[in-house]
Amino acid sequence: MDLTDISPDEVVYDLRFFSVNATILWTWIVMVLMAAGSWLITRRLSTGPEISRWQNLLEVIVSYTRDQIRQTIGESAAPYLPFLGTLFLFIAVSNALTIVPGYVPPTASLSTAAGLAICVFVAVPGYGIVNRGLGGFLKHYVEPTPLMLPFNLIGELSRTLALAVRLFGNIMSGAKIAAILLTVAPFFFPVLFSLLGLLTGLIQAYIFAILAAVYIASGEQATPRSSES
Amino acid sequence: MDSQTLIAITSILTAGLTIGIGAIGPALGEGRALAEALRSIAQQPDESGTIIRTLFVGLAMVESTAIYCFVVSMILLFANPF
Repeated sequence: MDLTDISPDEVVYDLRFFSVNATILWTWIVMVLMAAGSWLITRRLSTGPEISRWQNLLEVIVSYTRDQIRQTIGESAAPYLPFLGTLFLFIAVSNALTIVPGYVPPTASLSTAAGLAICVFVAVPGYGIVNRGLGGFLKHYVEPTPLMLPFNLIGELSRTLALAVRLFGNIMSGAKIAAILLTVAPFFFPVLFSLLGLLTGLIQAYIFAILAAVYIASGEQATPRSSES
Repeated sequence: MDSQTLIAITSILTAGLTIGIGAIGPALGEGRALAEALRSIAQQPDESGTIIRTLFVGLAMVESTAIYCFVVSMILLFANPF
């Protein structure tokens, strides 16, 4: 991927039987990495006092995610943990692997970011209907007054778009600035900006998951019982 | 000067102006939000977890407009439809 490529969607690797673009290739590699890694770690789980350090790592990640979800949504985190945990872990891993040379983060493509945002857009009514029933969920669009119906609908669409563009813009800009700096001031400044890119990548993963949790919480109850606001 | 050159000149100029002007507002807003967050952490250090979490979510929302400006300027430079 060179300087003029704005998105990894266009970079195509031609293999013998099929050609695949960089987004799909690196998405699958991240997925295989995460699935194989966690399968390897959870093969021999132990509930005693002696646990392997990898199991400890996974437990820390799961318990911290569960606490954050519980503080944001205000009730038990069990129904939301798979969805929000997957969002956070996928985006965090695919952003953190930027330090691997030759790697293109799949979240630097608007397709991936839009796909993840559409998952959140579908999950908000999904969780809302399961918890409140179809009528109860549809009623929350006309709260506090039916005059708010168009604003609520437009707000839903625009915040989904904002989720996608925020993630895409942050990650793509990190990769683009690092590439531009490589041509301007090589050797030292690109390293600093790669570090900043790592930090913003992890923060964007956290923000994506927390915003998804806030949207799901606001679609579930009349006033979100979250401790932030 | 043919139309292609004119479009190129306008695109480059607009890209620079977009990101230059578009970054001012969010930066000012984020600075204010950060100052308020620091003040409230100083007043209530026990709630610093909630305050920092809310601060990050708020900063992400405010940052969105700057990101939109950046995306527009990148599109003008690298994926110009003309």
